Amino acid sequence: MTDVLGTLPGMPTPDPLESGDHKPAVTSRDEFDVEISGTVGVPFVDKPKMSSRNCDVFYADKQAIFDVNLDIGNNEIIAMIGPSGCGKSTFLRVLNRMNDTISICRVTGEHTLDGDDIYGKNQDPVLLRARVGMVFQKPNPFPKSIFDNVAYGPRLHGLASNRSELEDLVESSLIKAGLFKEVKDDLLKPGTGLSGGQQQRLCIARAIAVNPEVILMDEPTSALDPIATATIEELMDELKENYTMVIVTHSMQQAARVSQRTAYFHMGYLVEVNDTNKVFTNPEHKLTENYITGRFG
Amino acid sequence: MNDFTSTIRAGLAKRYARERRFRLYGVVSLSISFLFLLVLLFTIFSKGLPAFQQTYVKLDVTLDEKLLGINRDSTEDEMYSAKYSKVIKKSLQEMFPGVEGRKQKRALKNLVSKSAAYDLRDKVIANPELLGSQQTYWFLAKDDVDVFMKGKIDRALPEEDRRIKDYQLEWIDKLSAQNRLEKRFNTVLFTAGDSREPEQAGLKGAIMGSVFTMLVTLLLSFPIAVAAAAYLEEFAPRNNRWVDIIEININNLAAVPSIVFGLLGLAVYINFFGIPRSTPLIGGLVLTLMTLPTIIIASRASIKSVPPSIKQAAIGLGASRMQVLFQHTLPLAMPGILTGTIIGMAQALGETAPLLMIGMVAFVAEVPNGVFDPATVMPVQIYLWSDSPERAFTERTSAAIMVLLGFLVLMNLFAIILRKKFERRW
Repeated sequence: MTDVLGTLPGMPTPDPLESGDHKPAVTSRDEFDVEISGTVGVPFVDKPKMSSRNCDVFYADKQAIFDVNLDIGNNEIIAMIGPSGCGKSTFLRVLNRMNDTISICRVTGEHTLDGDDIYGKNQDPVLLRARVGMVFQKPNPFPKSIFDNVAYGPRLHGLASNRSELEDLVESSLIKAGLFKEVKDDLLKPGTGLSGGQQQRLCIARAIAVNPEVILMDEPTSALDPIATATIEELMDELKENYTMVIVTHSMQQAARVSQRTAYFHMGYLVEVNDTNKVFTNPEHKLTENYITGRFG
Repeated sequence: MNDFTSTIRAGLAKRYARERRFRLYGVVSLSISFLFLLVLLFTIFSKGLPAFQQTYVKLDVTLDEKLLGINRDSTEDEMYSAKYSKVIKKSLQEMFPGVEGRKQKRALKNLVSKSAAYDLRDKVIANPELLGSQQTYWFLAKDDVDVFMKGKIDRALPEEDRRIKDYQLEWIDKLSAQNRLEKRFNTVLFTAGDSREPEQAGLKGAIMGSVFTMLVTLLLSFPIAVAAAAYLEEFAPRNNRWVDIIEININNLAAVPSIVFGLLGLAVYINFFGIPRSTPLIGGLVLTLMTLPTIIIASRASIKSVPPSIKQAAIGLGASRMQVLFQHTLPLAMPGILTGTIIGMAQALGETAPLLMIGMVAFVAEVPNGVFDPATVMPVQIYLWSDSPERAFTERTSAAIMVLLGFLVLMNLFAIILRKKFERRW
């Protein structure tokens, strides 16, 4: 980015995400020199909730994702694993068009939600993001009260017609996120005053308050301690009843614990998709095996 | 103990000494600047404080109908144009009989301000019943008397070096002895417009002019600057040649000498658009040009520093870019934007140079009632007074500076309160 202001002293440096410099790819190592020829395993399912075909993503001239084909089934948790810079987060952001906010990012291919084209002319990104919620790596509650945090989405979309409906919605969302008991007396206190794990559950409550169909989670526990992580994982298990979830994680144990299917990304390619059990016990691809056995990554 | 440890230990004393020296430099430079500030404030305050007091003279005036040529049945016009100064002159002559010579008679008349006659006129028009009676009133003393009463003229000086001559001294002493001289709070300073006579000169015109000018500046520059900053930060396409050019220009405009903006205002606003000169409107327009870059740059920096995670969260929930801007980015950036705005406004409040070009340096005695009335502003008023030859204007100049400083402090206080109110922690 040749931003003039960026060159002036005293100006804050722009957010790396905004500037489009995606994470550097992993440097070449022997374990990497394995040929990738298409995706192995079972990338497709019957009656998928979401599906992607021939997905390519470019940051300006750099290609970040190469021809990914993947289906996400109803009410399943699919985990995406892989080394840093492999494109798993980028692919996640394709699914709710978060990449639209990066001006130099270009997405091609066909992507559908319940058969509707996500990137079609008739698709409204606002509606899409209401249907496909997102939880981020770093807990990012708004600097408002707990109540206002959860009520933000419903207010935005006009989902509650009066105050008591809104209160019910906030309460049920907090209950679903397993946070209600801890905060029920402090609903008007700032959401930023909670602990890290509570903040992340608040973000989950905020995401499910608009009752999305799919929840995307981008390394939701990477900033949390093991106890808070366990709470969130239990929560995901309960949410599975009603929601489809896609989780990006660096923790293979977490992928093994929470997901039904696992997708392994490598240098922008989707290398293998299989049942989680199979990926972690009997991977089909050499790269997957190298990764999960800890030879690298 | 190995080699490295001993080397490090040997250098430690030097390192700490360097640190101590650095700290000392800081303390010294801070003390010097603090000292200068103290000296500045002391001179301004010691010079300006007397200006908040003004000497008044008590006179017994006979509102003689014959002398004034009016009676209770006269029309208001006749009452207005009657010669009230004659009454005052007579009253002084009665008090000091035997004053001979043109020069001395004039000096006697000049014990009280010319405004005494206007005071009297207003009183008579308000209450014609007073005509024919004898009244006792306090009138403004002339500036020379005032200056003497404040001890600025040394009695011990030889007469020819003094502005107050011996016979005047005699009168003043007599008036003092009769308790007819009194120093009171100088309300004129805050209730009157400018005047050539120091005792009648007030700041109200300049204060109101500054208020109106600042109002125009704020109303124009704040929304334009915030909108520009928000557009450039959040909506403008990246790596676009035109956006780059606009950015370079905004950054360079902040460094343009302010008088250039005055010339621009003269050429564009006055000559081309025909906006009346000397008015707060044109002053505000010119100062808007000057403050825009300051506010835009501060707002951009502030908007840029809003954590992207907050914006992402809102977008992820389905907020439109507009909603993200108004519900999250701007509220979170508001403390910084306000700081920039106040800095810009404070700059504009103290600005003289561009206003000279658009006629705001004119002598305006009337207090402006709106943005279309001719006006002057406080810094220009200070400049005008400092340029006036009368001795009494020196203290008024310092007093005006104190008032200006007071307004700046108030503005900063306001900014701090606003910032505290908008500041949120995360």
